[in-house]
Amino acid sequence: MNPANFYALIGIGLFSVGLLGLIINSHLLKKILAFNIMGSGVFLVLVALARRAENIPADPVPDAMVITGIVVAVSATALALTLMLRVVSETGHATLPDEVEK
Amino acid sequence: MEMQNAFMAFPWAVVLILLPLAGALSCFLFPRICRTLGLITSFATVIAVVGLGWQLLEHGSYRHAIGGWGAPLGIELYADGLSLLMLATTGLVGFAISVYSTTYFKAAVAIKFWPIWMCLLAALNALFLSADIFNLYVTLELLGLSAVALTALTGSKEALNGAMRYLLATLLASLTYLLGVALLYHSFGSVDITLLAKQIQATSAVWAALGLIAVSLMLKTALFPLHFWLPPAHGSAPAPVSALLSALVIKASFYIFLRLWFTLFDPLIDNEAINTLLGLLGCAAILWGSIQALRQTRLKLLIAYSTVAQVGYLFLVFPLSASMGSVAWNGVAYLIISHALAKSAMFLSAGNLLFFGGHDRIADLDRVVQRLPLTAAAFALAGVSIMGIPPSGGFIGKWLLLEAAMSQSRWDLIVVMIIGGVLAAAYIFKVIGYTFSPAEVAHEAQPVSATMQWSALLLAIAAILLGFLYVPILTLLGISDIIIASGARL
Repeated sequence: MNPANFYALIGIGLFSVGLLGLIINSHLLKKILAFNIMGSGVFLVLVALARRAENIPADPVPDAMVITGIVVAVSATALALTLMLRVVSETGHATLPDEVEK
Repeated sequence: MEMQNAFMAFPWAVVLILLPLAGALSCFLFPRICRTLGLITSFATVIAVVGLGWQLLEHGSYRHAIGGWGAPLGIELYADGLSLLMLATTGLVGFAISVYSTTYFKAAVAIKFWPIWMCLLAALNALFLSADIFNLYVTLELLGLSAVALTALTGSKEALNGAMRYLLATLLASLTYLLGVALLYHSFGSVDITLLAKQIQATSAVWAALGLIAVSLMLKTALFPLHFWLPPAHGSAPAPVSALLSALVIKASFYIFLRLWFTLFDPLIDNEAINTLLGLLGCAAILWGSIQALRQTRLKLLIAYSTVAQVGYLFLVFPLSASMGSVAWNGVAYLIISHALAKSAMFLSAGNLLFFGGHDRIADLDRVVQRLPLTAAAFALAGVSIMGIPPSGGFIGKWLLLEAAMSQSRWDLIVVMIIGGVLAAAYIFKVIGYTFSPAEVAHEAQPVSATMQWSALLLAIAAILLGFLYVPILTLLGISDIIIASGARL
């Protein structure tokens, strides 16, 4: 296995760990952290797969995509944290109510 | 003549993105006049859509390389008949909702509403004009974040919980989509839809990308069983925001689904199994959404579940695209527009009723038919289109889908569509029935402004008039160089 595929697999692993964390944790802060782990996984896949073969230079475009992705992730996390704080101050706990179908 | 040439050469597509962005900034900087600024921007957007439409009618589909850098290195904008129809729907519905919002929001909320709504408008316009899958990701995120912020606007407990759930769903979907984009970019070294469509092959990476992107967009469009976030968010947001979310925001992710499915993934999806699965989920959405709508006791939740059901109809285009595809294709385009008009009219009427009586309990509507006749009429006319009764846009859309199903002897789909229509009639007449009856306890009523009543009514009338615009709409839809060229399927 070449290093690029190794890192890409780690990226997929991070994405899956994040997804699992998102599903099994009910605390909103843990859910938000899980998103960031998923995001890092996707970014790692993008960067790792930029080198398509050993002897040619890496493609710079995925780096640009990752930078865009990081900007989006920072804004999304900021919004999520603000919203979480409002949910806590309004309801007193940092989880969502269970009933979905009323 | 020179005026006309200048008009034709003007980059309307770029204006459509920059204008609402500038509007958002100016609404933020000058909160005292944010209503006027927002209303002007919203109206100017409609004019820019007309300009773009003129260009498309003269020259066919439109491409603009931003800053002179074309694909694969630069970012290109692309517009064809489908994008134009989406932009026009966004422009019209958006303008009506803007007019409604000028009197709906009190000043303290208005200064937050207008900048975020202008951001949402910029995101929608940019999404419908994007020609590459990475740009679509960015616009999806812009759209999702502004939609969540608008949902939380009132700051009530329900709204905050609804917005949080919506945020979790939309972020999950975006990351899944981005992973799909990463796999496609790795396989073909491009994110431009046209370039990708030329090279696509059925490798395992492409199948994985298809799965990731499909699930992500199904979650964003709230297709059953991924609809869990929609009723709390759409039910608890302020009425104009619910109207925006149900009419436009979920249509944006469906638009991406439609476009990628029939251009990019077209060679892969001759596979019957996936189309059958999408059809099954669509049928389940129609039945489940309609039954849940019928069970609701609060008007806004009823309308939100009705959206879940109507999204199901949109997904029936996939099993019906195999032969006679263009009929199903026209049908789904018609349904997107008519649902946007009718559902926004419904949510705005619900907003009027909520404003009027201070609650949206269906059983306590208390003779609004006499006390708010314009709003009751708006709800009923929008209901005609949602049920699919002629003459209305909803009727034409459903009729085209039925025609495609009949020509392929898909009796199962026909039965579900008819049951869905009957259930829709049941939940809409349930509401209309209560508008005639007096409530057990009388309530204090607040007067509702004429602006709010008329904007809801005009949207509902537009949903009916759409039934008479069959020829012009199909002519516009025909302006394309991707979809029709993609093969005999359509």
